[in-house]
Amino acid sequence: MNIILIGLNHRTAPVEMREQFALSEEKIGEALCALKKNPLIQEALILSTCNRVEIYAVVTHTEEGCDRLKDFFLNLSDKTSPAMASALYIYSSRDCLRHLFRVASSLNSMIIGEPQILGQLKDAFDLALSHKSTGVLLNKVFKKAISVAKRVRTETKIAENAVSISYAAVELAKKIFGKLHHKSVMLVGAGEMAELAARHFISNGVQSFFIANRSYEKALALASEYNGIPVKFEDFVVEMSQSDIVLCSTGAAHYLIGPQEVAKVIAARQNRPIFFIDISVPRNIDPAINKLDNVFLYDIDDLKLSVEENLRAREAEALKAEEIVAEEVTQIIRWFKSLDAVPMIVALKEMAEEVRAKEMQRTLDQMGSFTPEQREAISGLTVSIVNKLLHGPLTALKEETHGNNGNALLEATQKLFLLGKKE
Amino acid sequence: MTPAVGTDYNLPALPISQRIAFMITGIGFLCHTTALGIQLQSGIPFNSMQEAISFFSWAIVFIFFWVELKYRIYVMGSLVLPMAFLSLISVATLPLENHPVDKTLKGTLLGIHTTLSVLGIVAFAIAAVVGIMYLVQEKSLKSKQFGPLYYKLPALGLLDQWNKTALFWGIPLLTLGIISGAFWSQYALGFFWSNSPKQLLAISAWFFYLIVLQGRITSGWRARRAALLSIIGFMGIIFIFTTLA
Repeated sequence: MNIILIGLNHRTAPVEMREQFALSEEKIGEALCALKKNPLIQEALILSTCNRVEIYAVVTHTEEGCDRLKDFFLNLSDKTSPAMASALYIYSSRDCLRHLFRVASSLNSMIIGEPQILGQLKDAFDLALSHKSTGVLLNKVFKKAISVAKRVRTETKIAENAVSISYAAVELAKKIFGKLHHKSVMLVGAGEMAELAARHFISNGVQSFFIANRSYEKALALASEYNGIPVKFEDFVVEMSQSDIVLCSTGAAHYLIGPQEVAKVIAARQNRPIFFIDISVPRNIDPAINKLDNVFLYDIDDLKLSVEENLRAREAEALKAEEIVAEEVTQIIRWFKSLDAVPMIVALKEMAEEVRAKEMQRTLDQMGSFTPEQREAISGLTVSIVNKLLHGPLTALKEETHGNNGNALLEATQKLFLLGKKE
Repeated sequence: MTPAVGTDYNLPALPISQRIAFMITGIGFLCHTTALGIQLQSGIPFNSMQEAISFFSWAIVFIFFWVELKYRIYVMGSLVLPMAFLSLISVATLPLENHPVDKTLKGTLLGIHTTLSVLGIVAFAIAAVVGIMYLVQEKSLKSKQFGPLYYKLPALGLLDQWNKTALFWGIPLLTLGIISGAFWSQYALGFFWSNSPKQLLAISAWFFYLIVLQGRITSGWRARRAALLSIIGFMGIIFIFTTLA
């Protein structure tokens, strides 16, 4: 039994590839149900954000499980290419846990220290819980990951002056417009990211903002919460000419905004610059609009560039966070391994005792009468032999299972002593 | 007047080298100001091309200091200071004329004409410098390549605002400069207008900027277009001056 992870993220795969794998909540549910049916896979959880798609699983056999999960992962996309397979990373046991803790603590994020990933991780966990696809192991591990993330946030300065995609977008808007006091923002799509961005823009003083959403009720709700103006989704292109900043984050699978619409908007705005931010994956704005004069378009990958400076400043804090993660990984590995080692130690002892008692009884029966003292002596002898023989393996199980080769050791013990195969 | 063109403000310069450049420019500027002040004691001293150009370089460095100190934007110097330096070099290459300061109405009119026209041209020079900065910053934002200049240059909105302000100052100053020039011409030569190439070129430059400003107000010639037109306009002015000289 082992915990494994397969996935790709913004470092290994470009947005064009990630959008092929990005899963909606509904699709995640279907995928989790499919995974549950596989006898190799005992527990599973899927984390799908703009920057990463990762499947965490507990499998009975590591190698087979990895292969099966890899096939499953590649099948999530309609078309496969060799580049996809090479963009994947596969981690097991310690590496997997370390990766998870780093992801939760936002050490693996595009922008180190950004706060959204923890929320996304919690959502993914809740989704898996609601589909009953997790068990003791993943529950424990993910709860731990969330608490590690909180510890990192409070003990390091990694989240101070929090940078995130939305924060980076605000910084860019300031480089285009200067002060944002008389500017207006339009949100197209009212997801969590859009809401966060809206809060950033409000705290930076934007005058007004429009909210367009496919569900008009949600637009209304958000508008009343943040004192914005709701816009019918059909009308957002028309209203765009009043907006200096357009932030697009819908779940649409195609481009919503193209060069033709934007050319009209720019003409209506009399060449006032307009800043488009497309944080949706798949992208909702045609990249061709960036070629138009006075139009600035940034997609999610472009934002990466603009925050490199901040990343450098965070590296020192990230080092401290890595230490915390390493410490926590060691702890959870101990728990994880002990979970396997304890029943194995018990099973090994029970098997030895069974064999000893059975063989001794047979010998005593064959050889006739012994005095109780003699019986006692023979029994002591056999116990002592068994204990001496088992001393090495048991010590190794108790100690070495916390080390790097713990899993191999457990599997080897199982094979060498034919444990679990005797019934 | 010693503009410190030796320091490139574009590069992430060491603060010490920047400070030295700033100080040297400051000393040169103070010397130039003192010289102007002494000359002003005996009337408006601008009655030759050299003096006009020299005044131009003083005024543009003045604006440079004002912007650097007010907005803490240490990048304008890389464009303004070479401009001041080159204009001073051009003064040195011109044949030396030595007019005594004329305190009569004729001389005063000529002084007023020169001062206003030069200040108008300074405004257009600033509009062009700001236009170049705009285009550079726009390129960074469009191409998403964030070099050191990206962090040093101000926001596009601010640059466009400066461009507008410069045009708003430049047009009335040049208008008054041309009118006072016409009066001087009437007084000194007996006619307001002579169809000389100098006058035609000056009036066409004035007309060009008027259209640019008009377009800016009514037809949205702002942002990138305003930047481009300001650069083209100022190149035209440089062309006019070099032809006249």
